[in-house]
Amino acid sequence: MAILITEKTKILVQGMSGRIGQFHAADMIRHGTNVVGGVTPGKGGERLLDRPLFNTVREAVEATGAEASLVFVPPPFAADAIMEAADAGIRTAVCVTDGIPAQDMIRVKRFLRRYPEARKMRLIGPNCAGVISPGKGFMGIMPPHIYMPGRVGIVGRSGTLGYEAASQMKALGIGVSTSVGIGGDPINGSSFRDILELFQNDPETDAVMMIGEIGGPQEAEAAQWAARHMTKPVVAYIAGLSAPRGRKMGHAGAIISAFGESAQEKVEILTAAGITVAPNPSAMGETVARVLAGRRKAA
Amino acid sequence: MDIHEYQAKDILGRFGVPVPKGGLAYSPEQAAYRARELGGHAWVVKAQVHAGGRGAAGGVRLCRSVEEVQTYAASLFGRQLATKQTDAAGKGVYRLWVEPACDIARELYLGFVLDRKSERIMIVASAHGGMEIEDLAETDPMSLRRMTIDPATGLVEFQARELAFGLGLTGTQITQMVTILKACYRAYRDLDAMMVEINPLVITGAGDLLALDAKMSFDTNALFRRPEIAELRDRSQEDPRESTAGDHGLAYVGLTGDIGCIINGAGLAMATMDMIKLAGGEPANFLDIGGGASPERVVRAFRTVLADRAVSVILVNIFAGINRCDWVAEGVVKAYREVGMTLPVVVRLAGTNVEEGKAILQGSGLPLITADTLAEAAAKAVAARPNLAA
Repeated sequence: MAILITEKTKILVQGMSGRIGQFHAADMIRHGTNVVGGVTPGKGGERLLDRPLFNTVREAVEATGAEASLVFVPPPFAADAIMEAADAGIRTAVCVTDGIPAQDMIRVKRFLRRYPEARKMRLIGPNCAGVISPGKGFMGIMPPHIYMPGRVGIVGRSGTLGYEAASQMKALGIGVSTSVGIGGDPINGSSFRDILELFQNDPETDAVMMIGEIGGPQEAEAAQWAARHMTKPVVAYIAGLSAPRGRKMGHAGAIISAFGESAQEKVEILTAAGITVAPNPSAMGETVARVLAGRRKAA
Repeated sequence: MDIHEYQAKDILGRFGVPVPKGGLAYSPEQAAYRARELGGHAWVVKAQVHAGGRGAAGGVRLCRSVEEVQTYAASLFGRQLATKQTDAAGKGVYRLWVEPACDIARELYLGFVLDRKSERIMIVASAHGGMEIEDLAETDPMSLRRMTIDPATGLVEFQARELAFGLGLTGTQITQMVTILKACYRAYRDLDAMMVEINPLVITGAGDLLALDAKMSFDTNALFRRPEIAELRDRSQEDPRESTAGDHGLAYVGLTGDIGCIINGAGLAMATMDMIKLAGGEPANFLDIGGGASPERVVRAFRTVLADRAVSVILVNIFAGINRCDWVAEGVVKAYREVGMTLPVVVRLAGTNVEEGKAILQGSGLPLITADTLAEAAAKAVAARPNLAA
């Protein structure tokens, strides 16, 4: 089944008529993703990539039955677009946009809480590469050919480091059920813990590769949750062992500003929770292979 | 983005925080003039740099005559002030703030930060002010009071009152504190701040609250809608390499090693730095060329990295998704020729259009060192350092 997206998921692209939105929507369609339409206020009624455009997400959902939305809207308007998707009944939104003000994300997270659990939208990102279930479809900006279909889940903050993990695994003949980029911002829609829970409940995922980095409390929170609830093995890598304190390393959220936020401290917390930590970024694939082999032997 | 103390005081004062009067000086003479203008018999002269720990570093002094103000000011201007929050080079002093000395009965700590756990703005306060929050957290963690603010309601009055009583304030100090808390919250929210800190917030001899120091920093992602804040940017306080790189869409952080890094994606950049370290080398910088990098942006990245004299080898590591290996390869070849490269260059390409990229590198005839994996690239970069070969 994979998580979040399959070949059946009906997907909208908000901001599809923009240069970047159009480029990636075309790539998604080329790889078999079920894109049912786009939303650009003012362009309702037009067609693009042989798909209808709508003025509002609500109209798009009513006309197409879309359940998921990919947000390619520029930073000043992205928070508004996410809230519009939530209100229109979209179940999963992926936001790629980098540069959304932190207070807009505070408002978005508060807004999402107004809906009952049964119709609450799950947000992935912002500032992420997106979600791919190899061979089934993807919502985002990743190069789909580097992923081999399989049974290991990947969740990470960084897009390119997620590619690195997927290609190391592919080289060893290990495939991916779904790869999820949760993004590099200080406030994001879904945390590591949220995605671990989805993988734990997915019958088509056997193990998870989790790629964290310096800054923020989410890796530690995920470690605690995994120690109590995960029966599937988790392998992790934390980037930024050589990052100095108090300096922002590219991602708005990649800054060590409190105790427990350095890579060393996170590695200790994860190890203490029983998670196998890859010793270096070049060993992500082989560490997954070792853990899978050990599990097969034990079974 | 950080701003100066005097600017933070001006902003917070306009939102209703009681701040001391004072005057800005760009020269020792002007500092003396400000002291005379303010009147009184003693003044505090404060170096305006974007860093805490100024007092301990000799950047703040109580002066008891106008002459002393001028002499001290003369010793500060143009000096590099290194505090424990700056690197060894310190930050240049080009502005001073002069305030009348204040009678202090007690010092409190008050800060507003973005709390990533609750995903809300959080107030951190302590009845023991004056020292750095990190030190407070270590020496007196029980004195720290924390409170998060619901964005739907904003700071509610009872919360502010609770905090004021909790800090041991009494009488009119309670209403003063409530006013200060609400003012700071509004300033934080309305101006897209990331941090507001008043340390110390003092109780004067007369029993009134006064913000004796103030620090604010702002969300760079929100500057597009805060032009009045964007104007306060002071480039003299930034690393010139980092701000120039930023102007060209490159995220650059200067470090102390000798292996120059040109990478796409923040996570891969950090991971490559880690790999260099594990291979026995030291990265000279963090550099993310971003998505959709043109050959021109790659050339700019080379120039940025080469501006650091300590660099002895360059490592290019690209895993192209939104990027294209052929464009990056073109950029590498172009940069090599344009800058007259004399240092070894290690290139690892993967992802979109990798074969085209490799062909361009090979066809160039340049002595580039290529690698297929992250580990191989790091090992080759470390081995290529000329100073080690000697």
